[in-house]
Amino acid sequence: MSVMKRRDFLNSGALAAGGAFFTSGLSLAGAPARSRPHARLVLVILRGALDGLAAVPPLGDRDYPRLRGEFALRSPGQPQGALPLDGFFGLHPSLGFLHSSYGARELVVFHAVASPYRERSHFDGQDVLENGSTVPHALQSGWLNRALGSAAPVGTRQSGVALGQNVPLVMRGPAEVTSWSPSKLAGLDEDTLARITDLYARDPLLSVRLADALAADAMVAQNGRLDAMAQEMAAAPDSPSMSPAASPAPKSLAPGADRYAEIVHAAAGFLRQESGPQVAVFDTTGWDTHANEGGAEGQLAGRLAGLDKGLARLREELGSTWKDTAVLLVTEFGRTAAINGTRGTDHGTATMAFLIGGAVAGGRVIADWPGLSSRALYQGRDLAPTLDLRCVLKGVLDEHLSVPQRVLDGSVFPGSESVRPLRGLIRA
Amino acid sequence: MQQFSSIIAANRFGLGARPGDLAAIGEEGRGWLHSQLTAAAPVLADAGLGTSAGVLAQAFALQRQIQLERRSGGDVQQRLPQFLKPIYVTEATARLRQGVLTDRPFVERLTQFWSNHFAVSVDKQYLAGLAGSFEREAIRPHVLGNFGDLLVAAEMHPAMLLYLDNHLSVGPHSDAARRAELRRRPAKIGINENLGREILELHTLGVGGGYTQADVTSFATVITGWSVGGGNGLFATGPPGRFVFRPDTHEPGPKTVLGRRYADKGYEQGVEVLSELAQHPSTARHIATKLAQHFIADEPPPAVVARLAQAFTEHGGDLRPVYAALIDSPEAWEQPLAKYKTPSDFIVSSYRGLNLPVDSGRGPLAPFELLGQRTWQPGSPAGWPDRSADWDGASALLKRIEWADAVGARLGSRREAAALAPQLLGASLGESTRIAVSRAASASQALTLLLASPEFLRR
Repeated sequence: MSVMKRRDFLNSGALAAGGAFFTSGLSLAGAPARSRPHARLVLVILRGALDGLAAVPPLGDRDYPRLRGEFALRSPGQPQGALPLDGFFGLHPSLGFLHSSYGARELVVFHAVASPYRERSHFDGQDVLENGSTVPHALQSGWLNRALGSAAPVGTRQSGVALGQNVPLVMRGPAEVTSWSPSKLAGLDEDTLARITDLYARDPLLSVRLADALAADAMVAQNGRLDAMAQEMAAAPDSPSMSPAASPAPKSLAPGADRYAEIVHAAAGFLRQESGPQVAVFDTTGWDTHANEGGAEGQLAGRLAGLDKGLARLREELGSTWKDTAVLLVTEFGRTAAINGTRGTDHGTATMAFLIGGAVAGGRVIADWPGLSSRALYQGRDLAPTLDLRCVLKGVLDEHLSVPQRVLDGSVFPGSESVRPLRGLIRA
Repeated sequence: MQQFSSIIAANRFGLGARPGDLAAIGEEGRGWLHSQLTAAAPVLADAGLGTSAGVLAQAFALQRQIQLERRSGGDVQQRLPQFLKPIYVTEATARLRQGVLTDRPFVERLTQFWSNHFAVSVDKQYLAGLAGSFEREAIRPHVLGNFGDLLVAAEMHPAMLLYLDNHLSVGPHSDAARRAELRRRPAKIGINENLGREILELHTLGVGGGYTQADVTSFATVITGWSVGGGNGLFATGPPGRFVFRPDTHEPGPKTVLGRRYADKGYEQGVEVLSELAQHPSTARHIATKLAQHFIADEPPPAVVARLAQAFTEHGGDLRPVYAALIDSPEAWEQPLAKYKTPSDFIVSSYRGLNLPVDSGRGPLAPFELLGQRTWQPGSPAGWPDRSADWDGASALLKRIEWADAVGARLGSRREAAALAPQLLGASLGESTRIAVSRAASASQALTLLLASPEFLRR
């Protein structure tokens, strides 16, 4: 491997020319049914098991007030009431942006949805959610990585970035992906970097990781320059109009601003770029509300408000790219239907999922509602699953990223032939 | 292989070689490790370190004060964090200092292993002030003892009870629940199964270890009443900040866990279940697997796991024979650099290798945050993960290089990297690294290359 210096990389023209984002080749398999070169996908993993009955309360279910007691949300229109969806379901009042997106037909809400995992361990639940099989620890790679490796090739750009220092399981695998997180230290000088690159030349892991890190850094630097350029242009009234790739100009965040905002900002920066990665992944934590969960206000309400704000920021920062974007929000499982003895909820089964974005054919709740009567509950305690989360994931990968059906059935979600993709989630 | 004896002992089993360590160990890596197990486990003696009970009692009192002042409109939001954070800094610094200075680094690594096995996380209320004392009070005294004692000490500690919500868990047929029902309190009180589940899943049997949801629920009722003194309302009585058994919130009656019936003896019912769990074959296998993964390879050889599990069972959970079996496993000595260092491993070994000072203040702890492994903040009761893929991200690697660069710049010619390289990396030092370090453009750059080298990133 040749010595690559940071400035050389930036000057190589690779980025400007829309060339390879990543230095190593991708394994590409299968021809695309159709190609959506601008499509962007964001996967947000909500770790800790988000309470779907709190985020998307089934207001029309007669058992809901009994199970949720003091935390049951009031009807829309009442003080601190839920936000209306389809008359039966509502949204938690902290989810104002999601609600306006629903009105703009850019949000699909799924309910009573679950991965194939039926036990109640967070860690195994997340493993199944990410590895794409039906069994914990069955695979060492993730479904999204395998989908990337086999989706419609658009040059060699078909790739992903994880926002964070390390790559979560869902994005690990043969397809080349990178990770990026904000740095608080001064950059390295070119000579040191060149020597380290040489030092790693015969180390298959480190050489690839370093090259990917530098490529991601270069992309962020490039994005910073576009931001600055766009701001200058916006400031000068007579300037020519900006190229779509450079719009809009988000205010850059001060270093040390909260992590979530920084991550959303970076994700948008990657995805806006013509030659950037097509898929971004990040995760949020703090959903494991065993005690003092709260109702319209309280612990979970605060977390949901933060999530909602982050998504609003993502939309704003993506600018014109939002119309090509679909954001999937998933969690490993749901929580008990009833409040537990410590004003919280314990590990459960089915929950909700969200699909939001300009590319989404939204304004709908998709749920085959099982009900919350004691007989309807899974094992007498949890919302029963009636929709396999893989139907949602396969639908999005098929329509949005053009991953061929046989690849979805075979390698992305092994042995899932009988799990049919949900159609019509993405605007034609 | 004999040539790797010292480097594997010092870097994989220990916390990284200091100058002179490898020569002292020589070909006696095993003997060096065995000898660390004989004396009692070291305690952290530092005048600045308080007890969990003391910290909690003060924190509870402060919390009440805050509630009073909030009613009168005072700006009190930051008072509790302001009280707890300096305690965290002092404790985490003491732990780092021990890691850097200890002559028994194998025992210290074992301490970190068990602390992570029984993980608490400082992102939960009060835990910033308790995580350090939890490790000193519940983990350190039992690291070279018996697993059953370690288990009971960890589960009964106020830090664990608070972290996994058990202090509030109330039996649905307990006196307290019945009284609440009579008063028609709107919020029902009852069990919280968080601790019960994690004991079975994470601390003992392991997931797939043969328990059901019914076992989780039943075990959670067994440990109702395991609480902490000095809380609010129903939980106010008892010595503040200490373990309290509350008979009035304990679910009465016999319970069945894993097919065995336990008569109700109050608090002892829980201890009996824990003692049974500690001796369960699934627990032996779970612990053996985690130890082998930590000390030998991401995919531990099945023969080693079987051997360790057998030692665990044969000696009734005594840990010294298990560690001895680990040291004596030939598989541990075949492959140097088999594990990718966690950020904490990387930082501590840098401190040791370069003899960096551990001052007070936040400075020495900064790299843990920067490299993504803030001490006692795994964010989940599962603790930090232990495989290469969990830590070898592109951005994570660049952060390590950037930190190595900052360390090199700070030290400059005060350390000589070319002389240190063979002392820190021994037989694992490769030709590329040796040449790169010796031909570096400056003393600073040489140190950066040494710390960022493929050999130093692994253990």
